[in-house]
Amino acid sequence: MSVTRFRFPFVEMPEAAIALREEVRQFLAEERENGGFVPMADCWASAMSPEYSRKVGQRGWLGMTWDKKYGGHGRTFLERYVVTEEMLVAGAPVMAHWIADRQSGPQIIKHAQPHVRDKVIPRIVAGECFCAIGMSEPNSGSDLASVATKAEKVDGGWRVNGTKLWSTGAHGCDYMITLLRTSPPDEKARHEGLSQFIIDLKSPGVSIRGIADIGGQVHFNETQFEDVFVPDDYVLGEVGGGWKMVVGELALERSGPERFLSSFIVLQEAMRLLVNDPSEKTRQVLGEIVAKIKTLRRMSLGIAGLLEEGASPEMEAALVKDGATLFERELLEKLRAILPQHVLASSSGLLPAVLRDGILRVPSSTLRGGTNEVLKGMIARQLGMR
Amino acid sequence: MSETGKIIFDTASRIFEDLSTAEVINAAENGQWPEALWQAIVESGLTLTWISEEAGGVGADMLDGFAVLKAAGGAAVPVPLAETMMAGWLQAKAGLPVGSEPMSVVIGGLHWDGEVLNGSVTGIPHGRNVKNLVVILDSEEGAIALCCKADDVAVRPVAGLSGEPWDTLEFKGVKPDQLGALQDGVDEAAAQALGALIRCAQASGAMAQALELTIQYSMERVQFGRPLAKFQALQHSIAAFAGQVAAINAATDSAAETLARNNRVDNDTWVEIAAAKTRLEEAVNEGAAVAHQVHGAMGFTYEHQLHHLTRRLWSWRDEYGSDAVWSVRLGDEVLKWGAEALWPKITAVSNPR
Repeated sequence: MSVTRFRFPFVEMPEAAIALREEVRQFLAEERENGGFVPMADCWASAMSPEYSRKVGQRGWLGMTWDKKYGGHGRTFLERYVVTEEMLVAGAPVMAHWIADRQSGPQIIKHAQPHVRDKVIPRIVAGECFCAIGMSEPNSGSDLASVATKAEKVDGGWRVNGTKLWSTGAHGCDYMITLLRTSPPDEKARHEGLSQFIIDLKSPGVSIRGIADIGGQVHFNETQFEDVFVPDDYVLGEVGGGWKMVVGELALERSGPERFLSSFIVLQEAMRLLVNDPSEKTRQVLGEIVAKIKTLRRMSLGIAGLLEEGASPEMEAALVKDGATLFERELLEKLRAILPQHVLASSSGLLPAVLRDGILRVPSSTLRGGTNEVLKGMIARQLGMR
Repeated sequence: MSETGKIIFDTASRIFEDLSTAEVINAAENGQWPEALWQAIVESGLTLTWISEEAGGVGADMLDGFAVLKAAGGAAVPVPLAETMMAGWLQAKAGLPVGSEPMSVVIGGLHWDGEVLNGSVTGIPHGRNVKNLVVILDSEEGAIALCCKADDVAVRPVAGLSGEPWDTLEFKGVKPDQLGALQDGVDEAAAQALGALIRCAQASGAMAQALELTIQYSMERVQFGRPLAKFQALQHSIAAFAGQVAAINAATDSAAETLARNNRVDNDTWVEIAAAKTRLEEAVNEGAAVAHQVHGAMGFTYEHQLHHLTRRLWSWRDEYGSDAVWSVRLGDEVLKWGAEALWPKITAVSNPR
């Protein structure tokens, strides 16, 4: 019934997704009970557990939407949506497989050589192969087209030199989907001469150095390539077609539930404390937070529904990411303000830990995957202003 | 949208475009009833969008009515269309015949002794312009709807922020024409919620229209040798505005769909409405601010049409309860769920069974 230029249609969960949700909830409850994991804030970018990812793969919850003929499970976007949101809400250690399942796998299926695809995809689906993103560099953040890491043509492949930065989880990954310059930069055609490669991180000449974030945790990395040889068949798609691919890849990752549920575990744990004698302010804050979560979820789910129909709702996805990531900060700020101060001073218990981690990870939510300033520029372009 | 819905929506949009002009809206604020606009609305059956065919309506889906309300909000229609639709829905829920004359709704605040109504109520939209009033009261025998002639009620004119009538009504021994027991769990709280959702729908349309005006103006107005649209600071403000428009439309759609599906204000619907009305305030605050900032002094003049939208938005964010009211109510509900049920409750909306 929308009369505006934005579409976020109602999505009714199919029976299969409803049943699946119960299955996932049970799995998560059992895992937690058996000590399989301790919930973490921002788990998709901070909690890496190959063992856990393997279990998820064994349950059939990785590569869910990918075609069965490539080793995927041929299920719907909505079923995948249900699995991811349940994992996020539980604070489960999903980081190892997150990138491969969300964006690298679909790119490999779409653009890789068949034998490379057949080698990698079944392992991703099994939860035994993880991927990192190699886009940013020391001198290329938001301005991605300025990447300088080079691939030079050599006999049978390419020789790679340069440095990639902020590659979350690279230290535990098998491959990096890497954006490289394959011909010299041309100021008149900035988006040309870039190509994507699948680089085996065990290759000689690759060195990965962890970088501590403001909380002292090492989740992202600096990855150096020194005369690294990449065989021809590990080029992803066409040489020179990297930019278009990257843009598509970023659009895929924009509007998922991880954009507003990263700190849900903090809210849930805080509720246990806040139910006792809540002040008017507490009641108001909880009402406002839940109103926002419900609205964001409606929007994010609407986009999953549009993707299911084969549409590409780029503007809507950018709007969701902007609003959702700003909400992540607001959520923690508002919760902190209504919680007793002793919570942050406490050294034991789940709430103090996730609250502290959540607050210290807030700055990253409006940076990762493209800053909100870049997003707003894209929205303005879609609105016809640029 | 259904075929019928599309016809209704297109008809409504055409009528609003032709007859809810800036002159008509300004004249209405100065006390001139827009008879041509109202007649066109009544003749095309828009006031009966929420009434079933058996009850004399047009047999449209409830969502079609919400689409009409969005369009009406975008056109700032200065007549009690929303109020008449709301009154009609409540009349139907009480098994009473539904009229097409202009109506408004009074929720609670009056004393009913079984014979007559007494008391005084404030902030009644279009109080002075309507022929009939539908009064919703929670009585000891359950919730009832009472229909009164507006002529039997003394009106003290008050103008709301929007410039529309927001009148104080005095009931002194007013004998209702008709009375019916409300069905489907409709009571004062449910009527309040319906009013809140109606305001969200109107505001969604008004926000969307204000955004369009703002984008348009930013591309036309040239300063420092280039259109405002080319300044990054304004691009970012307007992108944030777009986010607010998207959010309030999504929240409103979600609530309207739940109401249409359940055909009553049950707990699920109430929660959806509480979320939408809570979400409205930030959307209006941020959106109206950007709209005015981009339009500059021009948009601050009475002559410019922007205030038809922004003044209504400022009024609607408070009508039927502001964020301060609804967020606390929703917060109470959330606390009742508790930590364990919080997430299952949030996901239940996409599993409507």
